[in-house]
Amino acid sequence: MEWLQQLINGVSLGSIYALIALGYTMVYGIIKLINFAHGDVFMIGAFVGFYAVTYWNVGFFPALIIAMILCAILGVVIERLAYKRLRNATRIAALITAIGVSLLIEYTMIYFRGSQIETYPDGLVPNTKIDILGAQISSQSLLILGVSISLMVLLQFIVHKTKIGKAMRAVSHDADAARLMGINVDNTISATFAIGSALAGAAGVIFGLYYTRIDPLMGLLPGVKAFVAAVLGGIGSIPGAMTGGMLLGVVETVVSGLGFSLWRDAAAFVILIIILIFRPAGIFGKNTREKV
Amino acid sequence: MLKVNNINVYYGNIQALKGVSLEVNEGEIVTLIGANGAGKSTLLKTLSGLLRPKQGTIEYLGKNLQKRAAQSIVKDGVIQVPEGRRVFSNMTVEENLDLGAYLRHDRAGIAKDKERVFELFPRLLERRKQSSGTLSGGEQQMLAMGRAIMAKPKLLLLDEPSMGLAPLMVKTIFEIIKEINATGTTILLVEQNANMALSIADRAYVIETGKVVLSGRASELQKSDEIRAAYLGGH
Repeated sequence: MEWLQQLINGVSLGSIYALIALGYTMVYGIIKLINFAHGDVFMIGAFVGFYAVTYWNVGFFPALIIAMILCAILGVVIERLAYKRLRNATRIAALITAIGVSLLIEYTMIYFRGSQIETYPDGLVPNTKIDILGAQISSQSLLILGVSISLMVLLQFIVHKTKIGKAMRAVSHDADAARLMGINVDNTISATFAIGSALAGAAGVIFGLYYTRIDPLMGLLPGVKAFVAAVLGGIGSIPGAMTGGMLLGVVETVVSGLGFSLWRDAAAFVILIIILIFRPAGIFGKNTREKV
Repeated sequence: MLKVNNINVYYGNIQALKGVSLEVNEGEIVTLIGANGAGKSTLLKTLSGLLRPKQGTIEYLGKNLQKRAAQSIVKDGVIQVPEGRRVFSNMTVEENLDLGAYLRHDRAGIAKDKERVFELFPRLLERRKQSSGTLSGGEQQMLAMGRAIMAKPKLLLLDEPSMGLAPLMVKTIFEIIKEINATGTTILLVEQNANMALSIADRAYVIETGKVVLSGRASELQKSDEIRAAYLGGH
C-alpha cells in the first residue's frame, strides 16, 4: 500500500504546483505574457503567511486568507505598474520586464530582511497519521489537498458562473470584441492578476506548512516547475494547469519513490523537453493558430 | 441622433479617414458603402471608441463621444456588430447572448430581450447550449446580431453583415435588419454589397479612400449612373 501513500503525497505536492500554474496560465490566456514574477508572488505569500502565524498569532486559515488578499493586491500593483504600459509592446519586452520584476521582488525582500531561512512553526494544523487501506497518510497532506481542491473548485465557479469570469474568458478570446460588449478590459486584466496571485499566495502558505522552510529565493524552482506544469497541461487552459500540476507532483514523487530522489527536480525539465518535442500545445491545448 | 463632424483618424502615420462627416437621424437606416479598405470599418471602430479621431467631433444624443471609453459608449446604447462576427467561439450560444447584456442589470428586461432574440432567430434557440464555434457563418452572424440586441441598442452599427454568406442567408439577414429597425432601433449599416444595402436604407453615404464622396437618398443613389458603374456591377 505504499503506492497509495506515494500517490496521495504526489497529488498534494502537485496541488501546490497546480495552484501556482493556474496563475501562469490565466495571465498567459489573457495577455499572452509569461509572468516570471509569479513565483515571487508565491514567495511573498509564504512570508506573509509566516509573519501572520508567528507575529500575529493567527491560525492557518486566517493566515491563508491574509496571504491571498495581500498577494492579490501585489499582483494588481505589479500589473498596473510594470505590465500595463507594455500592452502594445513586443512580447519580448514584456517578458524581460517580468524577469526584471522577479529580481526586484527577490532582492527587495533580501534587502529588507536578509536572505536567511525562516521556519514555519509546528502544530499549525493537527498532523496525525491516518490509516487508509493500510497506507499511512498524514492528515496534513489531506488538508493541503482539500484546501487546494476547494480553491480550484471556487476558481472554476468564478470563471464559469460569475460576470467577472465571463468577462475574463471574453477578453482572453478577443479583447476588442469584449470592449464592444461594454467590458472594461483593463479591470478584467487586473482581476485576472488578482485571482492568479491570490492562488499563488495560498500556494505559498501551503508550501510553508508542508516543507516548513522558506527563504526569499524559494519562488524560483516551484515557479519554474509550475510553469512546466502549465505548459504540460496546455498554457492558457485552466483544467490543463490543474492536471499538469497534479501530474508533475505525482511524477516527482514516483521518481523519488523509486530511489532516484536526486533526479526529482530534473524530472520536471525532462517532461518539459518531451512535451515541447512531441506535443507543444500540451495536454489540453488546441493547436494554436497565431492570431494576427 | 449621431453627428460625425470632420473626423481624421490615423493608424500610426497612415491617415485612414480624411475629414469624414455624416449624420444619422433617429429611426433611420443609413448605409455607408465603399470598396475594401475605404475606411468603413475604421469609422465604426472610431464610433465605438476602439480608435480615437485625431481631429473632429462625434456627437451622439447631444453628447460628445470622441474621448469616451468603449464601455461608456456601449452603456449609452451605441452597439456594434463587428466585421467577421467576432463571436466568442470558446463559449456557448447562450453565454454569448448573456455577454451582450453585460452592462445591464434589469433581469426582467434581459429575459424579455432574450426571448425576442430567439423569436427573431429561432435557429439560435435550437443551438443555445452549443459552442458558438460550431455554428455556420450565417448562424454566427445571427448570434452576433442577437448579442447586440441583448445590449438594448438605440443605435446599431452593423459592419458587413452579408460578408461571406450565401445569397439566401443574406436576404434573411437583411429582412431581420429591417425588422429590428421597424421596432425603433436606428441603424448604421456598413456594406460592400451596395445593392442590398441601398435597397433597405433610407439614406446612404459613399466612401472612397477615407473620404465621403457622395451622399443622398438611397433610392436616388441606387439609380445614379456613377454608383451603378462603381458598385453595382454596371448594369
